Amino acid sequence: MSVPHALLALLSEGPKYGLRLQNEFQSRTGEVWPLNVGQVYTTLQRLERDGLVETDDGEDEGSRKRYRITSAGDRELAEWLRTPPDLVPPPRDELVIKLLVALQIPGIDIHELLQAHRRHVVEIMQRYTRIKAEAAEDDVPLALVADAELFRLEAIVRWLDAADVRLKQRPSLAPAAVADPSLEPTPAMEVSR
Amino acid sequence: MTSALELHQISKVYGSGPSEVNALRAVDLSVERGELVAVMGPSGSGKSTLLTIAGSLEEPSSGEVLVDGVDLASVSRSDRATMRRRSIGYVFQDFNLLPGLTALENVTLPLELDGVRAKAARATGVEAMEELDVAEHADRYPDELSGGERQRVAIARAIVGERGLLLADEPTGALDSVNSEGVMRLLRAATHRGVAGVVVTHEAQLASWADRVVFLRDGHVVDQTAAAPGPESLLAAGERR
Repeated sequence: MSVPHALLALLSEGPKYGLRLQNEFQSRTGEVWPLNVGQVYTTLQRLERDGLVETDDGEDEGSRKRYRITSAGDRELAEWLRTPPDLVPPPRDELVIKLLVALQIPGIDIHELLQAHRRHVVEIMQRYTRIKAEAAEDDVPLALVADAELFRLEAIVRWLDAADVRLKQRPSLAPAAVADPSLEPTPAMEVSR
Repeated sequence: MTSALELHQISKVYGSGPSEVNALRAVDLSVERGELVAVMGPSGSGKSTLLTIAGSLEEPSSGEVLVDGVDLASVSRSDRATMRRRSIGYVFQDFNLLPGLTALENVTLPLELDGVRAKAARATGVEAMEELDVAEHADRYPDELSGGERQRVAIARAIVGERGLLLADEPTGALDSVNSEGVMRLLRAATHRGVAGVVVTHEAQLASWADRVVFLRDGHVVDQTAAAPGPESLLAAGERR
């Protein structure tokens, strides 16, 4: 989640104070992504330094600063919206690494391990689904944020399911490691480092 | 208090000798009123067999099935059929609506088979369809309805009357994810009104609507989720990041 760009987006609606930006950010992400007020102000300071927002401090609200987006900020926001997110190279996935490592360790029940992770992920999914179930049906921003998390987590469960089937179809994979404890590190082990 | 559904040490064997298949092995499961339980597992794990046995559409090779405390093996075949019609509602992947009947006739069919007079059945059927927001389609035929509407009609048929147990096998079929969510909201709403629900699925997103997820593998219950701690724990976790 790009906090600077989210704040620029909120400011594109008109000038706002920091506290209001914090409240709007949280309410529009269904409060799934909490943001503390300190983060808001440090981000705003950076945006101001880069000329993307400006302040009109000291008007009628005491010492509080009101922030407005600049034309450079508008351009930055428009460009960011159209820039594809960074999907390549893939993040180094801890769960993938754990499974690759487990394949090398004698005596590990891989299916039990996969199930332990599957249960954990499904339990988190239940919690996101509950957020969605308990929210108003027309709370679209919250549904979008919860959906994004649910699809991401579902992909993990599907990967675990696929791993389960692959390892069941190739039972020789794990026992091979058991049979040869002097096994040299494999490419899989290299990845895990 | 008795559970709405109890399975004790249920096993199911198909075939014999070298072609013998153990679809279920000593499965224990109980579902309370007001609870939605999802049974998750890969194809061939035995989840559909579990559902047909729970719904008395099939008999176990061994073990006991209790619906509302009544052991299905202890009642006559015709009493079992009556129980199926009165106490148990089924939702299938392909909706299973009869094409020659209107939506409302599909919904009222189980009531009429049970001897309820047509007028009373109609009133109860319309009520169930209203609950699912499809009453306006009462006189349409299944092929005149969208996939989502057909599944709502199928759910209305499953909850019509005084059913205490709702069994659903991959109930969202080929619906898109938003319509699938609608179906799960309806099943959840039905269980919150006091019905016990069991949903069989291989999809984690559907299963995550349940209060409890039971994992089935090779005919065994291998695991289940703990009681959900509630959404506030996610927000707390987020703040620590």
